[in-house]
Amino acid sequence: MWLWGAMCADGQVPAGAFHGSTTVVRLAALTGASSLDGRLEELRGRAVLIATKDQLTAALALIELDGVARRIVLCPPDLAAAYFPGVIETAGADAWVRDDAVPEENGAGLGVEVKAQPALVATSVKRQRSHETEWILLTSGTTGAPKLVLHTLGTLTSVILYQRARQPAASNAPVWSTFYDIRRYGGLQIFLRAALRGGSLVLSDPKESITDFLARASAAGITHISGTPSHWRRALMSGAAATIAPTYVRLSGEIADQAILDNLKLAYPGTGVAHAFASTEAGVAFEVGDGLAGFPATLVGAAGGPVELKVADGTLQIRSGGNALRYLGEQFAPIRGADGFVDTGDRVDLRVGRYHFMGRAGGVINVGGLKVHPEEVEAVINAIPWVRMSLVKARRNPITGAVVTAEVVLADETDVAGERPQGAELTREIIEACRRGLPAHKVPAMVRIVPSLEVSAAGKLVRPSA
Amino acid sequence: MSVRATIVSQFEVVAGEQQRRLAPLTDDLKLLQSGLDSLSFAIIVARLEDELGFDPFNAEEAVEFPVTFGDFVRLYENSAG
Repeated sequence: MWLWGAMCADGQVPAGAFHGSTTVVRLAALTGASSLDGRLEELRGRAVLIATKDQLTAALALIELDGVARRIVLCPPDLAAAYFPGVIETAGADAWVRDDAVPEENGAGLGVEVKAQPALVATSVKRQRSHETEWILLTSGTTGAPKLVLHTLGTLTSVILYQRARQPAASNAPVWSTFYDIRRYGGLQIFLRAALRGGSLVLSDPKESITDFLARASAAGITHISGTPSHWRRALMSGAAATIAPTYVRLSGEIADQAILDNLKLAYPGTGVAHAFASTEAGVAFEVGDGLAGFPATLVGAAGGPVELKVADGTLQIRSGGNALRYLGEQFAPIRGADGFVDTGDRVDLRVGRYHFMGRAGGVINVGGLKVHPEEVEAVINAIPWVRMSLVKARRNPITGAVVTAEVVLADETDVAGERPQGAELTREIIEACRRGLPAHKVPAMVRIVPSLEVSAAGKLVRPSA
Repeated sequence: MSVRATIVSQFEVVAGEQQRRLAPLTDDLKLLQSGLDSLSFAIIVARLEDELGFDPFNAEEAVEFPVTFGDFVRLYENSAG
């Protein structure tokens, strides 16, 4: 299977349109036009980095390059310049597609550079499949450097195709939208749904206010829309949620608590509100539409569907055709266990016939859909000369699901050269140090100075299990 | 310090930390036009819980999300009883 081929199934050109914040592209136009500066064939057989700020540009490049490139690497729009060389090397990239907003230096060493744009330019283009393209997604690692996760179009679409084969096509093609960026797994699923089910897609733009985005989505007639619980809370806080009248509202990427599900039911009466679980490594696990937090225990161990779930050591594990194949780079363990299941690292707890999500094993913190590894923040805090050790934890939060907090043990004054700040100045300095070294969502919201931290017999910090 | 004054002070502190320009905090100010982002609100709510001893969002019943600064203050004042 290849994307353009699947979009043109039954000899039809795709009927939908993709909406960027400034441009609308009718997909049918791709039969005689390209966003790739007339240079598609130069990218055939190559490992191509797609590094654009603009989402529509990336979406068009994905449609044009699947089946053409040997490998495509989806760089999220906020990928720091410092990580480019590592990503290029690990992915074996030899070409890239960028837009004006991404600096040329980021692609140093790449042989072929194609400047792409969100508009199509008429050109004679032969859409022909020559490669089973590998799709590389980036996910955050413990050290802050991204991990590269290998998928194919087949793994990314296994659940979508399963559903497509079983649900009749809607009489009116859906108009999808997502608050997510399509370079992340949750957003990519929506992009692929829209592309493969004959729909349209309204893409968000970080430069646009939520009110403007919802107005644009409404004007495009959106029927289906997805985002994280944090995105949805923000939409509700904007007072503009009622601008849209979707038939289907989807949450994923964070724990959907009962409050946000109830709030969305109130905001969109009569609309299906579903929450889904998926991860870059494990793929899509399920979608629950009964309006209740958590998921029915009957899903675990159920056979016959496209996805098998089990709970082992308190975490949710998934085996399906949607699992990623492996990480690129030799230092990583296999994604799948010996029995073929992928451990999501998400802890679940069984209560009265329903599993509820309890946060991440290994302490990974999810701040508004963005992962934070405590060790990475601790490393920055521990580098302050007058800090002995620190423990970074999640604290539940009604706006972003969680925020980062830190407990810090100070070094003995006699051990430290120079002066140690006092009182409130101490915690302010620690937060400032984090702000200099880390993106905003990783900076502790609060810092507490504690006399000591518990260390296990094995000499490791005792981390909270909740 | 009153609930309102505590809230105003947290808005100002967090705006300073996040290097965001805070709009004048009038009751009809839309929260999303206050200059703060979601992360800023998350930090404000967490710190207010420490200062005031409660989190009105974490109630049994779904609370209506505040849209204006006035809604936000009332949500806290009502929860304070």
